[in-house]
Amino acid sequence: MAGAKEIRTKIASIKNTQKITKAMEMVAASKMRKAQERMLATRPYADKIQNVVAHVSHAHPEYHHPYLVEREAQRVGLIIISTDRGLCGGLNINLFKSVINAMKEWDDAGLEIDLTLIGTKSNAFFKRLSGNITATATHLGDAPSIIELIGTVKVMLDAYEEGKIDRLCLAHNVFENTMSQNPVIRQLIPVAGEADEQLKTHWDYIYEPESKLVMDALMIRYIESLVYQGVVENVACEQAARMVAMKSATDNAGDLIDELQLIYNKARQAAITQEISEIVSGAAAV
Amino acid sequence: MAMTLHVDIVSAEAEIFSGTATMIFAPAEMGEVGIAPRHAPLLTRLKPGEVRVQTQEGEELSFFVSGGILEIQPHVVTVLSDTAIRADDLDEAQALEARERAEKMLADKTADIDYAKAQAELAQSMAQLAAIKKLRDRR
Repeated sequence: MAGAKEIRTKIASIKNTQKITKAMEMVAASKMRKAQERMLATRPYADKIQNVVAHVSHAHPEYHHPYLVEREAQRVGLIIISTDRGLCGGLNINLFKSVINAMKEWDDAGLEIDLTLIGTKSNAFFKRLSGNITATATHLGDAPSIIELIGTVKVMLDAYEEGKIDRLCLAHNVFENTMSQNPVIRQLIPVAGEADEQLKTHWDYIYEPESKLVMDALMIRYIESLVYQGVVENVACEQAARMVAMKSATDNAGDLIDELQLIYNKARQAAITQEISEIVSGAAAV
Repeated sequence: MAMTLHVDIVSAEAEIFSGTATMIFAPAEMGEVGIAPRHAPLLTRLKPGEVRVQTQEGEELSFFVSGGILEIQPHVVTVLSDTAIRADDLDEAQALEARERAEKMLADKTADIDYAKAQAELAQSMAQLAAIKKLRDRR
């Protein structure tokens, strides 16, 4: 009986794999829900600080913060947010692809690039590429806290203030829904001031202690909150992508098992038929 | 009806409080401020301390903030609270750490080589397995 036993062990091993992928799918689903909640929890702060920044950038205070001033770019800083772990479909690869395209465009335009990497996957990937890596942060976990990002972001902000970079961009995945996550690259600094028609009447805040200090504190927090939001959103993307990937793996394993089961049944049937015919022909010979 | 203010206390990680109040007190950098409705627009930094909110019902709620930014508009007060304890030298230390991590990762060539080597070995044995399978099928 050719291979019936082999097929049986193969089925058993695929069943084990299926159990694992199924479990991972369920874990990812529950983590995704939490990550989505966390994503929503960061919204109020981001909205509020955005309002304040939008107003300040239009209020024409006596002090113009460097983050609000556009200057000719020679060197671009890019913060790339990836996941720490794999098995999440094409999430990281899609992001890296769009990053590489953007980097190529900048390169063609004669811009140099500084990288800041968040997540082990981007570390492993961009390490091999040419590019100046200034800072990294890894193992932020499922519930990242902003404390772990302060230093990483500060490296880039310092570089901007010292004039080492003239533009700062952020690359991460955007959570559209469970099925689709899209990579985006957006500009953080200079802060793109949207023309707000509502602010026709000019009024300004009273700044205490003085506008420079308050603006510095405000702008740093603004950029940090954007990066933090990117990180939190990326976690939600990671879990969603993993859930989908594991679901399709589980389905594939099921298909494979069905197919093998059929082959196994046929082999078993053939063996039985053969045995019977042997017995019958043996009996006939006696 | 007494005049009221809308108060939002938010941190980067969560919304802490949102509601109306008749008066709020906050530890601004230049000293504690009390804000009544129709206060002039003001933007200031906060020190670590207690933010107290007097609600319409006369209750007083208190929240601890470890610093942040206070934004005041005539009828809206926003407290952008920090979750982290901030100080310039502390931030600096963290930035240094992030930079060191990058350097360490780049200097860590051995790990990379091991990884590449393992990957090559894996590819090789996969090819071998495929070849064996092919031979077996032919038989």
